[in-house]
Amino acid sequence: MSFSIVEAPTRSAGVLDILGPKWRSFRARLRRERSGAGARTILLILLGAGFWTAVFGVSYRVLKYFKGVEEIGPLLAGKLLAVGLLSFVAILLLSNLVTALSTFFLAKDLDMLVAAPVDWIWFYLAKLAETLAHSSWMVVLMVVPILTAYGVVFGGGPLFPLVALATLLPFFLLPTVIGSVITLVLVNVFPARRARDLLSLVALSVMAGLVLFLRLAQPEQLARPEGYRNLLEFIASLRAPSHPLLPSEWAASALMNWLLRVRDPLPLLLLWSTAAAFIVVGASLHRRLYMPGFTKSQEGANTAAGRAAWHRAVRLLLGWLPVTRREFVLKDLKVFFRDATQWSQLILLAVLLIVYVFNIKALPLYTGERVPYVLVTLVVFLNQGLGGFVLSAIAARFIFPSVSLEGRQLWLLRSSPLDLRAMLWSKYWVGTLPLLALALGIGVITNRMLHAPPFMMLLSTITTVCYTLAVGALALGLGVLFPQFETENAAQIPTSFGGLVFMMAAVSLLTLIIVIEAVPIAEQLRIWQAGGQPGSSPSLLLAMGAVFLVCALATVLPLRSGLRRLAALEA
Amino acid sequence: MIELNNLTKRYGRFTAVDGINLTIPAGELYGMLGPNGAGKTTTMRMIAGILQPTAGSIRIAGIDLRTDPIGAKSRLGFIPDRPFVYDKLTGAEFLRFVAGLYGQGGVVIDRRIDELLELFELLPWRDELTESYSHGMRQKLIISSALLHRPEVIVVDEPMIGLDPKSARLLKDLLRQFVNRGGTVLMSTHTLEIAEAMCDRIAIVQGGKIVAAGTMDELRVQTSTGDASLEELFLKLTGGLSEWELSELFDR
Repeated sequence: MSFSIVEAPTRSAGVLDILGPKWRSFRARLRRERSGAGARTILLILLGAGFWTAVFGVSYRVLKYFKGVEEIGPLLAGKLLAVGLLSFVAILLLSNLVTALSTFFLAKDLDMLVAAPVDWIWFYLAKLAETLAHSSWMVVLMVVPILTAYGVVFGGGPLFPLVALATLLPFFLLPTVIGSVITLVLVNVFPARRARDLLSLVALSVMAGLVLFLRLAQPEQLARPEGYRNLLEFIASLRAPSHPLLPSEWAASALMNWLLRVRDPLPLLLLWSTAAAFIVVGASLHRRLYMPGFTKSQEGANTAAGRAAWHRAVRLLLGWLPVTRREFVLKDLKVFFRDATQWSQLILLAVLLIVYVFNIKALPLYTGERVPYVLVTLVVFLNQGLGGFVLSAIAARFIFPSVSLEGRQLWLLRSSPLDLRAMLWSKYWVGTLPLLALALGIGVITNRMLHAPPFMMLLSTITTVCYTLAVGALALGLGVLFPQFETENAAQIPTSFGGLVFMMAAVSLLTLIIVIEAVPIAEQLRIWQAGGQPGSSPSLLLAMGAVFLVCALATVLPLRSGLRRLAALEA
Repeated sequence: MIELNNLTKRYGRFTAVDGINLTIPAGELYGMLGPNGAGKTTTMRMIAGILQPTAGSIRIAGIDLRTDPIGAKSRLGFIPDRPFVYDKLTGAEFLRFVAGLYGQGGVVIDRRIDELLELFELLPWRDELTESYSHGMRQKLIISSALLHRPEVIVVDEPMIGLDPKSARLLKDLLRQFVNRGGTVLMSTHTLEIAEAMCDRIAIVQGGKIVAAGTMDELRVQTSTGDASLEELFLKLTGGLSEWELSELFDR
């Protein structure tokens, strides 16, 4: 080891030197996870294999069907690929916007890298590569089974993976460069913290708009070609989102050219030359704007928070609570509504609900003919399951992360005389009460839309109350058992391993409830078919008792384990 | 007062704190010194109830932390070395929340919050979110939160980091006054001058054990160092590179 002050560095650090620590950290994390939790790894492998098989299976069947359609089969396959890649471009662009802000302006290694004698171009390329990897891995996981299906169905041969790689690399690079340039400009205009809020909001709003647009466009009509006047109109409707200047179109053409043995290198040339040009433009902008932007990102936003009227109103409303619980609830509400990464998820929630209600409304049930009682009862029963799944997804977004978000402040909670039950109580009711109101609201609205019979309405309402109370407890309990204290973004917590375990537990509970209730409902339907009047019966009351018991256990047990784990947690 | 009896903390095979016995009576400011990784912060976090000891017991103001954690923690004010607070709360809201954790609220607490914010010159930032506070401002906010509920015992880990000279002086005076009025302070620091000037007694910790403890005079006797300063005494006990070894390092 030498500390000589006269020795000068022989070369500037390159891309690999800058990315080396990240790569080694990633490998170390993988090794730790592999050695630490065998069951977790097996579960993840099984889930991953199941997901890939499902995506491959669906893609294979669709493409096989398309291939069999004379004349327009390959056209349909090509268009499907272009539409798929276009939606990936939208996702990649949004993901890159948010990721670039972290990698270029908020990452912990930036102070060290900016202070080090690193050439700006290597710094830019390294950070671009990091942004590319972080923002694109999920899309890559999705693309692999789809393109495998294309390769298998259209006989892509052993070189097809190389062609796919050569096509997808510039395809993924383009949104990364565009995303980082937009972020660079935004950070030069707003302080980084405000820019992060803005980007989260923009990203979520666009995502929500996209989901809403796709749903309200009623894609199910494509499955009913009889609704179109002629074949040309059908093909025209398929062509709608594509454009010859879109990179997704080039990528789809490059891949389809290989699969259909068409010798046309133009799409690939367009992709590579555009990506190279964008990198050059991105690099020159980075050279001019990065340092002013980085300096600005150190500044805080204007963060004055006045004593708003709603704070006083809520404080008055909670006046009956003991002071510790009241202050905890108030703190949770303030933190939620001031953190854009948290409250902006309400936009997604609103879209999810609109799509859900729209789906129920779009069911071809009441189209003039008399609908059989059996069908209505079955649809209402299935609606209960679907509603339960929506509630689980909402609980995963809002209740599951609540304890993880205390992460860095755990020292305060643990060193104070706070009764941990008060903390769990606050988290449980702050999350579960709005969920219950929402569950009852959508339950009643959708059941009315479905003209549910009275006994189904009652059964559905009671089940919804029991299930919501249980799913809130499950989310909170598993959130304590699988905490994510280090994360800075609340939106990432539900997608963690613990979030996955919660969703599986919630769906299992829902399935159990449906199985328990299916028996008396089938009995009621038999009574109706025999000419009797459906109503209360011993088996129905027994089933309700069983559902109540299961939900009570699913409420109490996770909260108890959560409390025990919370008491043992070390900050 | 603080009583530690055979306090031990193990992480797997590694022993971070190894059977520490210590009694700090009321009206005493006790310093804990030691090199990085000696076990000071682990000890402090166990006293604050953040970490659970592997063995041994802790009594705060005569109350056992294990059997009556709420009673013991009500009498304690803890100031950690890293000032993590809720970014999306204002300074005043944070203090009000902390008061709530101690079961206190109302007009009296609002007045005390303003007094403390004024004392630490944070009043102009009362209604600013803490995400815009500097490290020093956050540290001052946490010190205020530890004093808010009028504790009997204060445990403070590296109190001077990030504080400007004026605030550092204020904190020194505050701790001294607190002790003079019968309070107990356990403080860990790397700033030996501060420890020498402020502490009534000092423990030097290494490898999770107390290797020497007492007043400055008692430490000098224990280490046979004559009238050595705390720095010389510390280096003798914990080991350190000599001037000759350092110059070798640069010349190599």
